[in-house]
Amino acid sequence: MLRVLRPWWFPAALLALFELYARTFAQGSDAIAPPSAALRAFIGAVSDGSLLNATAFTLASAALGLGLGAALGITLGTALGLSKRAAQLSVVSVEMLRPVPSVALIPLAMLVFGFGLRMEVAVVAFASFWPMLLLTQAAVAQVDSRLLEVGHVLGLSPLQRSWKIVLPACVPRLFVALRLGVAVSLVVAVTVEIAANPNGMGYAIMIAQQSLEPALMLAWLGWIGVVGFAVNAAALRLQRTVARRMGAVS
Amino acid sequence: MNTAQQRAWLGSGAVFVAFIALWWTTSHAGWISRVFLPTPEATTESLREGLAAGGDLAAFALATTLRMLQGWLLASLAGIGLGALIGISPSARSYLQPTLEFVRPLPASALLPLAIAIFGLSPGMVLFVVAFGAMWPVLLATVHGFAAVEPRLVEVARCLQLGRSAFVWKLGLPNALPDILAGMRLSMTVSLIVSVVGEMIASQAGLGQAILLAARSFRASELFAGIVLLGVVGFASNALLALAERKLLKWQSP
Repeated sequence: MLRVLRPWWFPAALLALFELYARTFAQGSDAIAPPSAALRAFIGAVSDGSLLNATAFTLASAALGLGLGAALGITLGTALGLSKRAAQLSVVSVEMLRPVPSVALIPLAMLVFGFGLRMEVAVVAFASFWPMLLLTQAAVAQVDSRLLEVGHVLGLSPLQRSWKIVLPACVPRLFVALRLGVAVSLVVAVTVEIAANPNGMGYAIMIAQQSLEPALMLAWLGWIGVVGFAVNAAALRLQRTVARRMGAVS
Repeated sequence: MNTAQQRAWLGSGAVFVAFIALWWTTSHAGWISRVFLPTPEATTESLREGLAAGGDLAAFALATTLRMLQGWLLASLAGIGLGALIGISPSARSYLQPTLEFVRPLPASALLPLAIAIFGLSPGMVLFVVAFGAMWPVLLATVHGFAAVEPRLVEVARCLQLGRSAFVWKLGLPNALPDILAGMRLSMTVSLIVSVVGEMIASQAGLGQAILLAARSFRASELFAGIVLLGVVGFASNALLALAERKLLKWQSP
């Protein structure tokens, strides 16, 4: 029984200490608020609908950006993984463009698209494109060469080969890549909102701070943590389910 | 380097040059407005001006690099130290690890508002968020590295009656080194990203602030120059770390 409770002791103690500190030394502070007040602010945000709106915006733009980045990354990654020559030719371009930090594109996206959904989707797509590209390339390159030979013998066209042989053979690894992409895209989406885009959860936490509502700010911080944890846990679960279904060893 | 390798490098360099040529054509033919996409010449001109004596891009790049390095060093020290403390004791792991796993997916930049509220808009605030955000990859990698020490080695340590600190230095850290180095590489990337975001929000001198201001005043060539420099910083730090990793891990694969 005590074993089950173990993970909860530390956060509970931390929250209790924080509550105590905020109620005694930092009373009336504009910077921090007790967790109980944050909980009240959270319930307020749930009941006036702002929580649902902002969460939906962030998740939708993260999902759209990931979809775009993953589609491009998987397509290009499959091509580079299948052809050794193409992979060699791409090395310099990939190595030069990949280290550009995704947040550096926030001002550019702002310039091109203005504020809103499109700029956020663009930055998220750029950020998730690189891990998807590299992991897909590695996954495709590891497909058993005998399977490809079978495809040759059967006289399949390159398109048929990638659709019927390569893709099924690397699905479990693709879902590992997708899990990483999910983590990246959510972090980048929130970051874009904090840095520039006046929408979503990132903007909500920023505006709560600027209007000196520490309780609401902490409520958003906790909620962003919960959403991030839930989304990542779901992605991990999906990856494991797919791996089991496809009979992968690892 | 043999001729086949040389040819491969030449070919892939040529592809990169072709991309630049495509950029040149696109901007000169006006397929994409020059408000968004400056010509390559204008970008190199902005770079040259900014990096020449009296230009401010060099100072900004230096400021961003320093912020990234300081944050990364703090994060690595704190991450390895805390990670070793938590990782060495199974009971500490069982109490703390779930909390750590919960905090891990939290975007580091989400802590910026909290840090601004507590510390105000200061360079120290940005550095704190950079270090805090970049600490997680190292911390979790260290905990994992310590948890994954071969059980027989632990038994050997017990037979030799090694003390805790001797165990950490002689078995724990060397075993966790590959994990730690991988975590430190990830943490360098995080440091750069959080530094840039921090500069954008808290208006600290650096490339993040420079590109945001360039975009707001529609100076696309300066914006591109800043992005190029950020790419160079990212590329150089990553390449140096990869080199260090190879040197430090040489003993593992004789």
